[in-house]
This record gives sequence, C-alpha cells and structure tokens, in this order.
Amino acid sequence: MPELDEKAKGSKNLDKLIRFQNVTLKIGHHQLIHDISCSINTTGKIVVMGPNGAGKSLFLRLLAGLMKPTAGKITRGAHFLEHNQNMNLSMVFQNPVLLRRSTRANIEYALQRMNISRQQRLQLISSALGVARLEEKALISARRLSGGEQQRLALARAMVVKPKLLLLDEVTASLDPASTQIVETMIDEAANSGTKVVLITHDVRQAKRIADNILFIHQGKIFAYEPVRKFFRDPGSHEAQAYLDGKLPNPDLGSE
Amino acid sequence: MGDLSEAFRIAFHLLASFDRELFEIIALSLKVSLVAVAISCFFGFLMGAALCVYRFRGKQIIVIIINALMGLPPVVVGLCVYLMLSRSGPLGVFGLLYTPTAMIIAQVLLITPLIGALSLQVLHEMHKEYDEFFRSLHLSPLAKIKTLLWDARFGLIIVGLAGFGRAISEVGAVMIVGGNINHLTRIMTTAIALETSKGTLALALALGIILLGFSVSLNAAVMFLRSAISDDKNA
Ligand SMILES: Nc1ncnc2c1ncn2[C@@H]1O[C@H](COP(=O)(O)OP(=O)(O)OP(=O)(O)O)[C@@H](O)[C@H]1O
Ligand SMILES: [Mg+2]
Repeated sequence: MPELDEKAKGSKNLDKLIRFQNVTLKIGHHQLIHDISCSINTTGKIVVMGPNGAGKSLFLRLLAGLMKPTAGKITRGAHFLEHNQNMNLSMVFQNPVLLRRSTRANIEYALQRMNISRQQRLQLISSALGVARLEEKALISARRLSGGEQQRLALARAMVVKPKLLLLDEVTASLDPASTQIVETMIDEAANSGTKVVLITHDVRQAKRIADNILFIHQGKIFAYEPVRKFFRDPGSHEAQAYLDGKLPNPDLGSE
Repeated sequence: MGDLSEAFRIAFHLLASFDRELFEIIALSLKVSLVAVAISCFFGFLMGAALCVYRFRGKQIIVIIINALMGLPPVVVGLCVYLMLSRSGPLGVFGLLYTPTAMIIAQVLLITPLIGALSLQVLHEMHKEYDEFFRSLHLSPLAKIKTLLWDARFGLIIVGLAGFGRAISEVGAVMIVGGNINHLTRIMTTAIALETSKGTLALALALGIILLGFSVSLNAAVMFLRSAISDDKNA
C-alpha cells in the first residue's frame, strides 16, 4: 500500500540504504507500528509527518536500530555497511541527550572514536561550534544552555562525524526563526555532502522547504511516501488530506 | 564535674600541643580509612556502572544482595575477617591479624556494598537518560562505563565521602581484627572506646573532638557539593 520511491522500486540494492519489509512493532499488547514496508535511498532528505502519537519517533528508532521489530525485516544496504561502522548513523532525539560536560566536550565526545589527527579533531570541533553558533558557549556546561542552544548543540554533535544517515526528531520544535534557519542550513549542508537525512517535523512550511520526499505516518501505518510536490498537491489519501487540513486526529477517520 | 572540666582542659592541651601519641592515632585512622575508601570506591564504582551497562539474568538479585550487604552489622564483618585471618583460618599464613592491613580489609568489606549501592543509584538515573544515545553510537560497554563514571563524578565524590564517613567512625570491626594495639593498630574510634572504659577521659575527649570535626567537615563538603551540583545542573 505505501508508495515507494519511484527510483527505489526499479533499481538494484545499490542506492538503498535501509529497507523495511512488513515491519511490525508491538510493545506489550499495543501494536504501535503496523506492517510497514518502504525503502530509504542513500541520498536526499525525507521528511516524516503525521499527528502526535502516530509512531514517527518509533519509526526513527527502528531506522536507527534502537528497537527491533516484532515481525518483519529491516535490512541495511551494502552502502550502509561499507561506510565506517562507527559513524554510519547519528540521531538527535526529540529531547536532546547532552552529556554533563561542556558544550565543546560534547562535540569532542562524538569524535573520540574517529581515527583522525589531533589537528583535524580541533579543526572539526571549532568548525562545528562555529556552524552551530556556539563559540561563545564552548566552555559552558551543556546543560546550562537554553533549550534552543541545546538543540543546536545536539545537532552539531550528530553532524560532526559526517554520518551516512542523520535522523532528526523534531529538532527545530523549540527554536526561534533565526536558529531554525541556522539548523536548516546545517541540514542542507549535510545532505549536500552526501548524508541521508530523515527528519520529523510538524511544520508544513519547513517540510516544503526541506523535503525531497514526504513520508506520512498515521496510526503506525504509512499512508503516503512520495515526492514533496506531489504530496502537497494531492496527498493521495483521506488521512493525509485531513492532516494537512488540520482535521486529524479525528475519531471518525480513525479506523478507516 | 571537676573531673570533666579537667578532662576538657587536658584534651585541649593535647590538641594544642600536637601531642605525638594523639596525632599518631589520628594519622593511622586517616591512613586506614582513606586506603579502605579508595579500594572500595574502585570496586564499588565499577560495580555500580557495570550493573547499569550490562544486561544479564539475575541482575536484580545481585542488586538486592548488595543492598542487603549494606546493612551488615560491623561486628559480624569483624568476626568473619577475624576467622579468615586468624592463625588457623584459611588466610592465617599471611599473619595479617592485628595489623592495619586487617583493619583495611574489614573496612573494605563493610563499605564496598554501601558505595556500590549508592553509586548504582546515582549512575542508574543517568544511564536511563543516556542509554539510547549510547546505543545510537554503538559504544562498547567499557566506553559506556567510562562515560557514566566521568559524568557522574560529582555525585560519586559524595558517595565516596559517605563511605569515608562510615569508615572513619566505625569501631566494631576494626576493634576485633586490629586489636587496638598501641602504636600499631590504635585508631581514633578504638582508642576512644578503650580510654573511656579505662576512665582516662582526656585523650578520649580530644579524639572525640577531632572525630566530630571530621564528621562536621565531611557533611559540610557533601552539602557544598550538592548545592554546586544543582547550581550547575551538572547531575
Ligand atoms: N515504550 C513504549 N511503550 C508503550 N507505548 C509506547 C512506547 N513508546 C511509544 N509508545 C506509544 O506509541 C505511540 C507512538 O509514539 P511516537 O513517540 O512514535 O509518536 P510520535 O509520532 O513521535 O508523536 P509526537 O508527534 O507526539 O512526537 C504513542 O501512542 C506512544 O504512546
Ligand atoms: Mg515523536
């Protein structure tokens, strides 16, 4: 039922990073993800949308390998495995997890297992601090940063290793417009340098700005997975249309 | 009452004149307890962190056991160590009974469970928060342990101080295995017990004042650290 990326359907495994086949996730007695199938290409930006509690964060956790599906299969493409194991994936959580260390030390932490010279390390740290506009807060305890600054730090830390796959869970939810713009620029740069980005957002305009493809989830199912223009022109399902019209969640539509 | 005020007078005199015997006792107390705390922290912290990071069956039982051991009566620990170290005991050949080493062993056994249980509490909270981040980085257990211990450093210092407080004020176990031998295994608590029973209150009082001083400064240090932590949002 879910639309796959047109290209993904036809081509071989090469341009597929991760593939979901009939993935189902149950926690206790609750079935939270229902029989999802889709594949994620190696490049571009996917924006995941859907109402609260739809299962977006769970979908991202499954992608990250933080949760195992109760049924179905998640396969990682050759491309993903070839990439340096340590750095093939970074995730920024809905509530950013920052170490009880300075801003700078948080970024340094992500680099610790990278096999690079001291010189390179210092350079990466200072450029990451620069991109996130946190130079002046470098030595402050990360937990003293404001909510928005913490988000920027978490993102900078995730991006500094140049991961193959970058998973972002509502990273701009608590940001002011200027910070949002900084973050969107950071995301663009990552994508342009070959990182696959999967981002969750509730902001329709942001989705239009960022996305190549939209993946729409509702009640643990994928209702649309298609190029951004197509999605906003004709979302292709009642549920997605209702969501865009601000009429979801709606109990009448709930169980189809 | 005259006796008592006389005793106080002599006690202060002993303190003010840096009486050799008095300071010998204090130095040994500090040495024994500091070494014991250092060893206990090493094992206790590692135990706490490992219990957070590794998942295995029976973990809950180990946690329960550690918590139960925390309440061990010191004299029982002393008795056990005595039995182990006494001439006919399994470790008798080392001739450790009535040495500072024996007292260190007893104190380590007493406070390691305390330090393990308290550090588990501190680290567990933090690990819950860090867990997914760790897993998203595919960190090794050792890397996780290192991170947890470093990030909980302030909380763990408090735990260490609590352990030191227990060690330095403990009397039952060290009395049994140390024997309170003059110039050899006499420490503050055992000396206070002995001198009081002998009726020589001055030395007991002087030591009591010092011991009280330690305990007050320990508590002050803990309070200071606590408030520093909450100010800093560092734990
Ligand atoms: N560990 C869990 N145990 C039980 N239920 C869970 C668990 N994690 C998530 N859920 C449930 O799964 C559903 C989907 O959660 P998820 O966090 O994926 O939502 P979401 O789409 O990210 O929503 P939001 O937009 O509010 O962040 C929710 O109803 C939530 O209560
Ligand atoms: Mg979510």
